[in-house]
Amino acid sequence: MALDRDLVGRSYPPSAVYEVGRGKIAEFATAIGADDPVHRDPDAARAAGYPDVIAPPTFAIALTLEAANVVLGDPDVSLDYSRVVHGEQRFTHHRPMCAGDRLVATTTIEAVRSIGGNDLLTTRVDVATEDGEPVCAATSMLVARGGA
Amino acid sequence: MSRLAASDVAVGTELPERVFPVTRADLVRYAGASGDFNPIHWNERVALEVGLPGVIAHGMFTMALAGRVVTEWAGDPGALVEYHVRFGRPVLVPDDHAGGELTVRGRVAALLEDNRARVDLTVTSQGDKVLSLARAVVALA
Repeated sequence: MALDRDLVGRSYPPSAVYEVGRGKIAEFATAIGADDPVHRDPDAARAAGYPDVIAPPTFAIALTLEAANVVLGDPDVSLDYSRVVHGEQRFTHHRPMCAGDRLVATTTIEAVRSIGGNDLLTTRVDVATEDGEPVCAATSMLVARGGA
Repeated sequence: MSRLAASDVAVGTELPERVFPVTRADLVRYAGASGDFNPIHWNERVALEVGLPGVIAHGMFTMALAGRVVTEWAGDPGALVEYHVRFGRPVLVPDDHAGGELTVRGRVAALLEDNRARVDLTVTSQGDKVLSLARAVVALA
């Protein structure tokens, strides 16, 4: 079913606060094989100019994927999720995510398209500290493959 | 590590090529760390049911490994300011000791303002391109 183009620009209420933990950063860094000490050692991170250990650049997905689920729960968004694949991903980092950050994610539907029987849904999740300092934006394009 | 200087980089500079083995255990660990528990990344039965040739790597895992090639070259994971990929073909990860593999090449495509550089990545698995339009912008020293 085609997605309603009026959805473009729809924004959802901000997420609950997500507190970035040193342990979660270390776990993610290990999972992707990133062994730079700035992910695990606060002294190494400070020596590199950061206030605490920093997350790998794609760590943001752990937070933004969850935030973007708000779109999947919107009754106006008719998408067959069993046929959804991840089409594109973009991150814009204003600064690295850092242990101790208290972050809020706000999700917006950026684009809706239909191409060759497939529905394309692009969401943007803006991540900022609870004080409003922008940290990153994650844009995801999901493709719902049309039925055979 | 310290951040690479923009003066040491030119258009055409090649990043060291990297080959990453990818095993089922890697996918399970990534699922836990990222919170993406889609069974097509660990369950052969489900993967086959949805028409895939087998278990495939998370696109975001592929993106993370390719991103490491850029940040380890730049000398600072915090140097990556912009990163975009389009997921083309899946990375198949057979259930054996060898698993699958990912080959990542990168090349400086443009020098930008404020000591920034754009790196274009070529990411393949078993000779097939798995990402397209894979581009990263790094802030250099």
